[in-house]
Amino acid sequence: MNRHISGQYDSELESVRLGFMDMGGRVERQVQTATRAFVTHDAESAATVREGEEEINQLERVLDDRCIHIIARRQPTAGDLRLLITIMKGCIDLERIGDEAEKIARMASKISHLPLPSDQYADVQRMRELVIRMVANTLDAFARLDLESARSVISADGEVDRMFRNIDESLSQGLHMHADSVMQSLNTIWTARALERIGDHAKNICEHTVYLIEGTDVRHLDRGDGGTRE
Amino acid sequence: MAEQHPENWKAYRGGGTAIPDDLALEPGLQDGTERSQPAVREEICLDVRGISLFYGEKQALNDISLSIPRNRVTAFIGPSGCGKSTLLRCFNRMNDLIDDAIVTGEIRLNGLDIHDRSVDVAQLRRLVGMVFQRPNPFPKSIYDNVAYGLRLQRGMTRSEIDDRVEWGLRSAALWEEVSDRLKESALELSGGQQQRLVIARAIAVEPEVLLLDEPASSLDPISTLKIEELIHELKNDYTIVIVTHNMHQAARVSDYTAFLYLGELIEHDDTDTIFTNPSRQQTEDYITGRYG
Repeated sequence: MNRHISGQYDSELESVRLGFMDMGGRVERQVQTATRAFVTHDAESAATVREGEEEINQLERVLDDRCIHIIARRQPTAGDLRLLITIMKGCIDLERIGDEAEKIARMASKISHLPLPSDQYADVQRMRELVIRMVANTLDAFARLDLESARSVISADGEVDRMFRNIDESLSQGLHMHADSVMQSLNTIWTARALERIGDHAKNICEHTVYLIEGTDVRHLDRGDGGTRE
Repeated sequence: MAEQHPENWKAYRGGGTAIPDDLALEPGLQDGTERSQPAVREEICLDVRGISLFYGEKQALNDISLSIPRNRVTAFIGPSGCGKSTLLRCFNRMNDLIDDAIVTGEIRLNGLDIHDRSVDVAQLRRLVGMVFQRPNPFPKSIYDNVAYGLRLQRGMTRSEIDDRVEWGLRSAALWEEVSDRLKESALELSGGQQQRLVIARAIAVEPEVLLLDEPASSLDPISTLKIEELIHELKNDYTIVIVTHNMHQAARVSDYTAFLYLGELIEHDDTDTIFTNPSRQQTEDYITGRYG
């Protein structure tokens, strides 16, 4: 992409682009830490996630404010306009991913005193790996304007939804039989639910990224896959 | 802000059974497919095919083809010297007035070739009116400026001319400001008023097409907005082609935008597409203010 005649305009756009990636990196770490804290019953790590949440909220406000000022002063068009719209919409999803990570951290704290289950959360671990990969690919897709990567995240969301349904069904059935582990099972379902929502938000950001790259709106074109979305 | 009509509230709050027309998706957005070229669906007023223009040895326009839809505003944008004003002047054969200008190709107005031998150029210029960058009222009264073209038409009575002058001034959103001083010199008017007077003069003779060559570039922001609002009103009755250096003005007032560069038509599409997702990198670089 050629540079703007106004170098200042280049700097302003680059600043919000880097800010978005910075926010994305923090959110990615929050998800990694929160989910690891859950599957290892690590209350200390869970506490650090809850501390990091405010920084993410603050970044959302700052990026929104900068985007609004650029729109007001520069009246951006074409790719510049799509970049700012993507960042403003993507910030909302990143912030909500941060919220879900915080929820997972809260549940990790609640169950940290309990022994690890016999299966070591095998299903949640698999879901966690896929969702973390989706979040990483989401940020890569935005940073590199990588259409293929964005599309891979969009299509992976259906798999995350299926994983959540399986965990939900299997643990819900067990609730009647294992009264002693109700709290652990419920927290596991809620964590899986939070992971499923993180997948939805990653998918949303990738849909915005497709719009950024090629200007097409690919939202709500997958009503047949049974997936849910925010 | 316009007051919402009470009966519409239910629909706007999501209580209606159908999405209101003004919130409905365009057909191409419903399934994510590419939108067809909207101009294809429009009735064409001016059809330009393979127009090239030479000033002596120098080629100013190179094989330009585009269709200009009726009752729509089409904006020509591009850097200085790209040929946008030259192309505009082809539409009423203003380039005939330049000795060494040679035009090849075809321009059809309502299907008729404007270069045909049978065409009366004065009549063509009545049908295709033009407004220039700097307001150019005649050194006459406000009334006489608007009546000037009408008096050249035979058979109009004084009262018919009076009516047409008032209609022209009302259409140009100037009547309220000048109705009590029609006999005063047009040169007493402000720049913005003079430009609207020139537009009134152009539309008094009932043209089909209005060519506007940077009509607001010498005006202050308020006068500019009045001209833009006027353009929005006038497109109900006329086909408007506007040349502008101000890209945001093109974005505000036009339905279609054509980007020209070095005498070539680079891209022509609906204005929403040009300003959000142009097809050509050159267009993107120009409208986003990048080095080409």
